[in-house]
Amino acid sequence: MKTLNNTPKVLKISGNLVLSLLFSALMFGCGSNAGNENASTASDNTEQTQENTEELTEELTDPMDNKGVGPVDHVDLGPIDVTMAAEGKVIFEENCTACHQLEDRYVGPALKEITARRSPEWIMNMIMNPNEMVQKDPVAKALLAEYLSPMANQNISREDARRILEYFRSVDEVK
Amino acid sequence: MIHFIKKYTALILSAAFTFACTPQRSNNEAGGVMNVSNAASKVYVAPGNHDEFYAFMSGGFSGQISVYGLPSGRLFRVIPVFSQDPEKGYGYNEETKPMLQTSYGFVPWDDAHHPELSQTDGVPDGRWIFINGNNTPRIARVDLSTFETAEIIEIPNSGGNHSSPFITANSEYVVAGTRFSVPIPNEDVALDQYKEKYKGSLSFISVDQESGDMDMAFQVLVPGYDYDLAHAGKGQSHGWVFFTTYNTEQSNTLKEIGASQNDKDFIAAVNWKKAEEYLAQGKAKEMPASYYNNEYSDETHSATATQKKSVKVLIPEECPGLVYFLPTPKSPHGVDVDPTGEYIVGNGKLSADMSVHSFSKMMQAIENEDFETTIDGIPVLKYESVLDGIVKQAGLGPLHTEFDGKGNAYTSFFISSEVVKWKVDSKEVVDRAPTYYSIGHLMIPGGDSQQPFGKYLVALNKITKDRYLPTGPELAHSAQLYDISGDKMELLLDFPTIGEPHYAQALPAELVKPRSVKTFKLSENHHPHAAKKENEARVERNGNEVHVYMTSIRSHFAPDNIEGIEVGDKVYFHLTNLEQDWDVPHGLSIMGANNAELLVMPGQTETLLWEPQKAGVYPFYCTDFCSALHQEMQGYARVSSKGSSVALSWKTGNK
Ligand SMILES: [Cu+2]
Repeated sequence: MKTLNNTPKVLKISGNLVLSLLFSALMFGCGSNAGNENASTASDNTEQTQENTEELTEELTDPMDNKGVGPVDHVDLGPIDVTMAAEGKVIFEENCTACHQLEDRYVGPALKEITARRSPEWIMNMIMNPNEMVQKDPVAKALLAEYLSPMANQNISREDARRILEYFRSVDEVK
Repeated sequence: MIHFIKKYTALILSAAFTFACTPQRSNNEAGGVMNVSNAASKVYVAPGNHDEFYAFMSGGFSGQISVYGLPSGRLFRVIPVFSQDPEKGYGYNEETKPMLQTSYGFVPWDDAHHPELSQTDGVPDGRWIFINGNNTPRIARVDLSTFETAEIIEIPNSGGNHSSPFITANSEYVVAGTRFSVPIPNEDVALDQYKEKYKGSLSFISVDQESGDMDMAFQVLVPGYDYDLAHAGKGQSHGWVFFTTYNTEQSNTLKEIGASQNDKDFIAAVNWKKAEEYLAQGKAKEMPASYYNNEYSDETHSATATQKKSVKVLIPEECPGLVYFLPTPKSPHGVDVDPTGEYIVGNGKLSADMSVHSFSKMMQAIENEDFETTIDGIPVLKYESVLDGIVKQAGLGPLHTEFDGKGNAYTSFFISSEVVKWKVDSKEVVDRAPTYYSIGHLMIPGGDSQQPFGKYLVALNKITKDRYLPTGPELAHSAQLYDISGDKMELLLDFPTIGEPHYAQALPAELVKPRSVKTFKLSENHHPHAAKKENEARVERNGNEVHVYMTSIRSHFAPDNIEGIEVGDKVYFHLTNLEQDWDVPHGLSIMGANNAELLVMPGQTETLLWEPQKAGVYPFYCTDFCSALHQEMQGYARVSSKGSSVALSWKTGNK
């Protein structure tokens, strides 16, 4: 099921990569001049974000192998923790539902079955580190090019990001 | 053709002449000694780098504080204090309107003169900055973690609040002396009864060390003179505050003549520790009064205006040792206490000399009862007994003095347009630098504290004339930056300012930066009308009030389609910014609204009151360019005629 779901996605993302490169070049050109979103988030990070050309030309493989860019390099998954998932639901509703719904595309992508499309590390890094993700991670870049609205950094802690992940897992298992 | 070449050559020549001439001319203006590239490199702050100091300048008649970086002279913030500010909605949105409430009603402007940083152990600590409203007597406290006005207190029994809000060494009190004497309590009194019926008041406002909360602690009733400026004692003179006063003639018409008769006026020395003793003994009178104390809360993101009904008053006749007068020639303006607390410099603006009093001599004179006379229970000390020395004929029109912490004083001379540097102990003039032109206050970072940070001096000038590109009859008031790290002052830069800045204060950026608030936590938002997630967005009707509970996040509002509003409704847009990211405000503006926009910080809620006058469809949109899709951050409010059958409804997308 995973493979079936992923195959067309990979193709689609590869098709969008050129567009995404163009778009990010545009964004960077604009950022340094206008001091817009990119510029302000760059100064936000203590270490200046450096564009890695190797990353840009990197061939996309199975997104499930991609852990993304950010503080999370490994997540231990056990059986679904119902308490954590319930806490995650509250945090998700408070911080994310202005842009994400489970079933439908809204400002950002629908999140149903996200745990089948993305690795747990990638999900947590996207929640915690969206600014750097859309600059460095090929999947996040492609998503920005498709949705155009950069994901808001809601300053979610690692613990809360893990709870949101647990909520996603609980949704995906039930349905 | 030859004719043309001749003309052309002449043109080239004249251009060359002009270009060669212009920079030289400006060098000459700068005193002829300016090393341009040296000065330029000293004020250059490379892109992305931060300035070393924050300088806070009063807006004067703009009623605001403007914040500049030093040494660059870059303006990076205007903090609205006493004036409504459309840029941020301050004084226009429902949450901040109470900040401008006074016993005279809503007063949306003031004349802001003297910024004063909070201190601990006699040194600026980066917590708050205070500033006076001179016109409708008020003092404001700005929180330096948010750069927003946190509190405003009105001063009762006062007519013009000029000698204010100078601060004691541990921010125990900020003071407010009245510029105009008035009947106390204020009532209908004939103006020719000035001498008999008019009084002055010196107010001491306490500051809570945790919250910064101000409270009117007590007032001292003093003779009906004009109280001009003040400074608190420090070190050995901690516990005292010194106020200059002119118009000891008690003139109330054509004051420029009437108030210039006496050879000497006074510095009033108030012993506030003694005042605390008298308060503890119950010596204060509770006097009926009416004044407002307005406070802004970062939890409710709202201000509350509270009316106060009485004030504690001390009468010098009943409180021996509370106040003494130090005779000082002639109409003294600034009174400045050196970092050791020993020297009290009185700048007699109509005198060519500056009188420097000695605190230890003052204490000795009090002990010896070296009194010339007593006025309304206030002993007048003998001039010779308190005088330490005179800075003779240093210039014309001395106004203000600041210190570098190395034994030097710097005094501004308004009439001769210069800064004069002199040695505090020997009173010897060691350097002078011209200013362009007519300097009022001057400022050294920490220059009125026990440990000046030194390094720079800023001259705040009243006249600009030919310094900048002309912009009509009125030109920007100039600030000039001097390097004072060497023996000689070196002019580095001048830059235009907002309004007519009076005083300024500055402190190292490192004292403020670590405390900076980056976002307000949504979870700590206790605004009564907050919508903390998008599914709380809604519209409610209560009679003719319509409350829109709206949220914003890049790049949409919820709801963004509203119908069922009727002409005659009062529509309250309560906008909560759901962002939890630094530096992502969202704005809200509505076509035809009669106030201003909202500019809502991350995690904050603000309210715009809109009273649509005619039926139609009204677009609203975000004013702050927030993302690539900012332009799409918009919506519609439909207004129907009164009594229409359109049901109240709203949606965001299809929900
Ligand atoms: Cu916006």
